[in-house]
Amino acid sequence: MEEKKIFSIAALFDTPDDITRAVKETTATGYTKYDVNTPYPVHGMEKAMKLKPSLLGFITFVIGVGGATFAILFMSWVTIVDYPLVIGGKPFFSWPAFVPITFEVTVLSASVGTVVAMIALFFKFPHNSHPLHDTNYMRKVSSDKFGINIVAIDPIFNEDKIKEFFKKIGGKEIETIYEEPFPKEIKMFDKRFIGALILVMLITSGVSYLVLNKLLYIQPYSWMSEQDKGLPQTKSEVFSDGFTMRQPVEGTIARDFIPYEYKGMKDSAVINLSNPLPYSKQVLAIGKSRFDTYCSPCHGYFGKGDTRLRDQFPKPPTLHSDKVRNWADGNIYHVITNGQNIMPSYEKQISRDDRWAIVHYIRVLQRSQNAKDSDFEDSKK
Amino acid sequence: MDYQKKELPKKFSTIGWILVLLGVLLVVISYLVNPMRASFNNVIALMFMAGISVGALVLVALEHLSGAVWSTPMRRVSEFLAASIPFVAVLGIPLLFNLHGLFHWTHTDVVKSDAILQGKSPYLNTEFLIIRYVVIFAILILFYFIFTRNSRKQDITKDQNLTKRNVKISAAFMPIAAIGISFLAIDWMMSLEPHWYSTIFGIYYITATLLAGLAATTYAVVSLNEKGYLHSSIGADHYYSFGALLFGITNFWAYIAFSQFLLIWYANIPEETIWFMMRWSGGWKYITIAMIVIRFAIPYFGLLTAQSKTDPKRLKIVAVIILLAHLFDMYWLVMPTYDDTAVFSFYEIGFPVLIIGILILVFSFQAKRHNMIPIGDPKLQRGLDFHL
Repeated sequence: MEEKKIFSIAALFDTPDDITRAVKETTATGYTKYDVNTPYPVHGMEKAMKLKPSLLGFITFVIGVGGATFAILFMSWVTIVDYPLVIGGKPFFSWPAFVPITFEVTVLSASVGTVVAMIALFFKFPHNSHPLHDTNYMRKVSSDKFGINIVAIDPIFNEDKIKEFFKKIGGKEIETIYEEPFPKEIKMFDKRFIGALILVMLITSGVSYLVLNKLLYIQPYSWMSEQDKGLPQTKSEVFSDGFTMRQPVEGTIARDFIPYEYKGMKDSAVINLSNPLPYSKQVLAIGKSRFDTYCSPCHGYFGKGDTRLRDQFPKPPTLHSDKVRNWADGNIYHVITNGQNIMPSYEKQISRDDRWAIVHYIRVLQRSQNAKDSDFEDSKK
Repeated sequence: MDYQKKELPKKFSTIGWILVLLGVLLVVISYLVNPMRASFNNVIALMFMAGISVGALVLVALEHLSGAVWSTPMRRVSEFLAASIPFVAVLGIPLLFNLHGLFHWTHTDVVKSDAILQGKSPYLNTEFLIIRYVVIFAILILFYFIFTRNSRKQDITKDQNLTKRNVKISAAFMPIAAIGISFLAIDWMMSLEPHWYSTIFGIYYITATLLAGLAATTYAVVSLNEKGYLHSSIGADHYYSFGALLFGITNFWAYIAFSQFLLIWYANIPEETIWFMMRWSGGWKYITIAMIVIRFAIPYFGLLTAQSKTDPKRLKIVAVIILLAHLFDMYWLVMPTYDDTAVFSFYEIGFPVLIIGILILVFSFQAKRHNMIPIGDPKLQRGLDFHL
């Protein structure tokens, strides 16, 4: 067996006052590389040991700031670049919504980072032990004794002198602690260890798979997941064409649905259509409600083309241009029903009467944005 | 207990008198020149000073209730600061003559045609406002006298039962104080915009109150102790506790203030957002940003490290900054109702000068008549021996 290297020389004391006095004398004698182990934090120890503030606080701060930066950048990337969605009409970069998450990520990364840094700094990862572990000294100081140990890297380290010094200041159970040999090959990558790790992974994933996908669905715990019905996006086993949903007989018309006779025709064919609805407050109220629901997201509440979709969809031109103002009612109706350029047909969504009501309302909007002086005169009367 | 009372220098109260006279002069001038603006500043002053004195009283009660030991040697400083509560009540009296100019909801003709204000009228009416004002301050003053009388009696009799009695009184005082301070905030600041409401506003002002009381106590304790007016045993560990509390409550303030903003921002309801829109237009935008910096960022980073919490110089500077930020906060809460653009001039200076003067005078009178350390308190020795 090779000769063991000395790690440190340790001594025990009975009371916190003893250990504080001993530490002060140790410092005064000139020892600098030593550590104190106590069952609980002894007040004034940092001062007696003349310790510099720990590096750990700074590491925590840096990791915390890193976590905050990561959270903000990640959320910005998701909401601006990768998957832009308008939520509540807010801009994509909505920093107030980021704050709680940033706070949580900061706290999480700072605390986890601190633990990792502690393991790395004090245990010198992947070495997962410390020479003081499993010594009589450690057993005593973790119950009711107060210990000090001077480490061999101290510049004026001398085994006999230190033992004498400890005896002089009243230390008990003076003990020499030997270095544990640093493992030559790292045990972590041992074949048996890796094998066991893979086995555990396979067993746990297998068991979870069986429990979640099979065990839970054994009768009567099927959670109604097995039902004899056609599901969307699946091939029908009943019908030969594979569609679950049947098509209506050709030429079928839904109740209250009147097919549009000018479907797909050019504008010129429909100018003659005139608005069948009267020009009343009731009709206009319906027109406004339908316009605000179906038209305003793109055209804006006043038809100015100020879309609320934040550039996710091309902006439509204003409805107050000379072109649209000079259109016949039938022409506007045709565009709503048939669609135009990128605008889809609204035949299915808006009923025939409501479409005509919208036409009335668009006329009102156009008048309101291009009011003449005489209109004001009229309203005064 | 080896406590030798040391008198404060005469210069101290002289400064107080000078500041009070200067303050009164400025206040009278501002009331003569522009009574409306002076009234708004009077509201700021009322809420600013209430923060310091009521906050100090809450700290006293908090110490009794939680059985804290570390703060016992410094409790008298809080008690001396709380002695200015009657003056806070007096400070609000000029306002009672100008309620019509300050509050929109006092205009009966407007309320008649406004369904929302009509709904609020059982609470928001002049009579009830005055009743609340009188009752709240009567209760606060009453509790102040009970607490301090017990404390002073103990200096002579060394009766331990008085401490027990104070604990019970504190338990009764705490909920009353919480409700009273919330009412003050709602009456004098939230009702300036009678259509707007925020359910978190009460706790926002309670936090400001605690912070102001604590910052004033910290500043007074550190500067008195540096010159040896308190006790030689009071040192780094006590400072650290003050620093940690200031740091913690600053964070709590940021939490509350941001919660208020986040909910209003998310819901985006016009009658709620208008309050923040007012503070984000004109010059107010820069005032708001400055508020975040001075009220949160500076105290936060100023007290972040462990060393800074034990450094007396740093503590004093941060405490003064927090007090300034408290004044600034009240300005930010009140003044947008007065003017759409941020205004600052001698009107805004008169009241703070007067208040600082009053606080110094009250403190010096109290310090002359009473011990600066509660020498009869059974917790005192443990407080002096306090170590983290």
